[in-house]
Amino acid sequence: MSNKKTRLVVIGNGMAGIRTIEELLKMSPDEYEITVFGAEPQPNYNRILLSPILSGEMKFQDTVLNDWSWYEENNITLHAGKTVTKIDRQRCVVETEDGVSVPYDRLLIATGSNPIMLPVPGIDLPGVLAYRSIDDVEKMLAAARDKTKPKKRAVVIGGGLLGLEAANGLSLQGMEVSVVHLCDWPMERQLDQVGGGLLKRELEKRGLKFYLSRQTEAILGDDIGGEHRITGLRFKDGEEIPADLVIMAAGIRPNIELAKSAGIHCERGIVVNDTMQTYDPKVYSVGECVQHRKQTYGLVAPLFEQAKVAANHLAEYGRMRYEGSSVSTKLKVTGIDLFSAGDFNPGPEDEELLLQDAARGVYKKLVLRDNKLRGAVMYGDTVDGPWYFQMLRDGTDITEMREHILFGQAHLGDSGRGGAASVANMPDSTEVCGCNGVCKGTIVKTILDKKLFTLEEVRAHTKASSSCGSCTGLVESILANTVGGDYSTKQSKKAMCPCTELTHEEVREAIAKQKLKSMPELMATLSWKTQDGCHSCRPALNYYLLSAWPGVYQDDNRSRFINERVHANIQKDGTYSVVPRIWGGVTSPSELRSIADIAEKYKVPTVKITGGQRIDLLGVTKEDLPGMWGDLVNAGFVSGRAYGKSLRTVKTCVGSEWCRFGTQDSTGLGIKVEKMTWGSWTPHKFKIAVSGCPRNCAEATIQDFGVGCVESGYEIHVGGNGGIKVRVTDFLCKVATEEEVLEYCGAFMQLYREEAHYLDRTAPWIERVGLAYVKQRVVEDAAGRADLYARFLESQKYSQDDPWKERAEGKDAHEYAALAEIA
Amino acid sequence: MNTVAAYGNTPFVDEIRAYVIRPYESEMGKMNWTQIGNLEDIPRQGSRVVNTAKGEIALFRSVDDQVFALDNRCPHKGGPLSQGIVHGKRVTCPLHSWVISLESGEAVAPDVGCAHRHEVRVAHGVLFLEVKA
Repeated sequence: MSNKKTRLVVIGNGMAGIRTIEELLKMSPDEYEITVFGAEPQPNYNRILLSPILSGEMKFQDTVLNDWSWYEENNITLHAGKTVTKIDRQRCVVETEDGVSVPYDRLLIATGSNPIMLPVPGIDLPGVLAYRSIDDVEKMLAAARDKTKPKKRAVVIGGGLLGLEAANGLSLQGMEVSVVHLCDWPMERQLDQVGGGLLKRELEKRGLKFYLSRQTEAILGDDIGGEHRITGLRFKDGEEIPADLVIMAAGIRPNIELAKSAGIHCERGIVVNDTMQTYDPKVYSVGECVQHRKQTYGLVAPLFEQAKVAANHLAEYGRMRYEGSSVSTKLKVTGIDLFSAGDFNPGPEDEELLLQDAARGVYKKLVLRDNKLRGAVMYGDTVDGPWYFQMLRDGTDITEMREHILFGQAHLGDSGRGGAASVANMPDSTEVCGCNGVCKGTIVKTILDKKLFTLEEVRAHTKASSSCGSCTGLVESILANTVGGDYSTKQSKKAMCPCTELTHEEVREAIAKQKLKSMPELMATLSWKTQDGCHSCRPALNYYLLSAWPGVYQDDNRSRFINERVHANIQKDGTYSVVPRIWGGVTSPSELRSIADIAEKYKVPTVKITGGQRIDLLGVTKEDLPGMWGDLVNAGFVSGRAYGKSLRTVKTCVGSEWCRFGTQDSTGLGIKVEKMTWGSWTPHKFKIAVSGCPRNCAEATIQDFGVGCVESGYEIHVGGNGGIKVRVTDFLCKVATEEEVLEYCGAFMQLYREEAHYLDRTAPWIERVGLAYVKQRVVEDAAGRADLYARFLESQKYSQDDPWKERAEGKDAHEYAALAEIA
Repeated sequence: MNTVAAYGNTPFVDEIRAYVIRPYESEMGKMNWTQIGNLEDIPRQGSRVVNTAKGEIALFRSVDDQVFALDNRCPHKGGPLSQGIVHGKRVTCPLHSWVISLESGEAVAPDVGCAHRHEVRVAHGVLFLEVKA
């Protein structure tokens, strides 16, 4: 049966190689006959968790990612404990030291890296260990538990991430541990001098001894009791210290010997292109052995991204490119919060923001260039690490938050979780996700039990941060704390949904460039992986097509969320709520009377004023909707679209008509704005308000578009949000006339409609693209503004049909009636 | 026992006509098949509801015209599955976005739960549902 399959041989049974196979099986489960060679006798385990095993917090079994049965279930032939010694590229065969030879059609090299063993005398003494595999850890544990010696002294050479984790683990196992390091402070690649100093002090408190700026000259040994053993270490300056165990943690080097001997082009690592292909087109490579765009990586997140790309090409999708990763690190030493990302040593053109609180043991440094984050170092309080990291990767313009950015996201108005300064110290019972009632303990347990690595996986399994998303940063911090630094946050290039590898931008660009005008056409042209998309991409695509081709694209009802499909808000019991439009929030006794009559006629259980100054009729059954709408339409109402990703309401205060403080006719202007904008579909809901004076009773400064009237004209504000994460608007500009307000409003909405991702509110969109960009497009570029405004008005021609009227007259009748009644 | 059903493919909601339908004895043995309407009554990638004495049953039609029937209750919090977005052979519940397999009624991992499945047949464009007494 398998004769016809293409043969894939994977050299390396570690995290990168196996992850690639997992990704490949997801995409193309039957394409390959797969053989895996692993030098270690174990199945694939999570190398990141060696430190918790050493410190006694975990057992090896807890770190196994793919047990023996996984290989069997997926028909993978595993040669564990066999080292491949030769790749014969002419015959396309790999050979092991004990004579096994396997032919391949495609080869994947994932040989990882080797620890650097310093070339000093005594390096081959028994008791000199690396810190790389479970075998090393078991030897360390054996040495620590050796009862024959009263006092066990370990020396760790190398004060980097790995070295410190090893030192901490051995110290917890009861050994007396010294760390020898070449530089002036530990972890100099992840920390600046101040942060490194704080870390050193903390570790010294825990009993570690540091020998900094020291170079090892020799490892000393002697014959003791007929056994040749380590006795100590001598530095270049002549000083000697005693030791029973020496751990080499001076760094890693890509393991390229095998590839090199096969004539595959290598520099520091095996050189690959953006598709993870080596110079031999039949041979791919992923993981720590790889050199991509002059970079090598030693962390898990980039390696998983590489695995995804390699699998995509092995599955012959041929779409993805790996474009390098930016990485963040975290030290996995329980109780020490430390985070760093990007380039944190400022150059001459960079700026530095610093916060130092010696009493709390908190240190933060942000490095900026052109108002964008380039790097971050944090010690003691790392809860905002993922947030900084994301802004760093997105290239977010931070001008607006510069004053507060050091104090963290909580100070920018997050949902009141600012007290959780340190995730590590948070008790297990603390509720992290308020929407879904998920506690920290549950998240940690699930991450460990289910062996999760990514935010998406944690969301799927625990639901934490899957609803409103305001706790995303916190959940990421918990993930980072639990699995250690090398967790994967968002990919640098985020696909729209699992149906495609394309990003939102790429899809929008393709719609415009390739003139895609229907969903089946789009999915065929862009090779969608699923037959007809999913609940996540279909509404987005429907919106993108609609906004790109107004009047041409046929709206696809089946790709709309229920609320937009039936033009009412679904409630928890399956009934609906109905909100008629009340222009500018100004109504009349006769309007109110008809609403009251209709509410009584349909026995509406609850009538409520909404946050947007409208009236909500709750608890209407679906069958009653068309009839009720007919009555509302007859009374002069149109749909309030309280259910859609569309213009919701324009709130107003009474303004100069009545108010003794009012400066302009805010109600009149609000009604004009609402008449212009109603019915428009937007990437997410869109709310407007017009306040008649700076007292701002209509709360215009927390809307997507807000107008503040003053004596001399109208102040325009954009990008506010009163919801999950309160954000005050940015001031856009001031104009003199109502006509200008309408033009700026239309132009701003159109820019948002054309460029934001689906489900992006204006607030995160502006934070991403920067206010300066929006100002340039809407304020400074007058001709561009006029074009945007014209495009907005053009699209409005096709969107201001009242959906309620159409449905009261019979459109989509099947939506509102049962197919059959069976007694 | 005669079974009475009403089904409509008429354009106006208030004009739904009632039909008297007899149980359909199939060659598949003693299953109690009830004619409930036509394939065209369910939109592609859409759903319609059949009301029964034991509650609502949702009928789904996939993009390639396969028909499935499940209880109209999400195993999570009872959301009406018939109102969800149908994609492939799955439906996403409108309340909290659980994804349910139309073939098995089971929630897609990692969620766990099952919506009861019903037998449904399409013959010459006519839909038959098995309703257990």
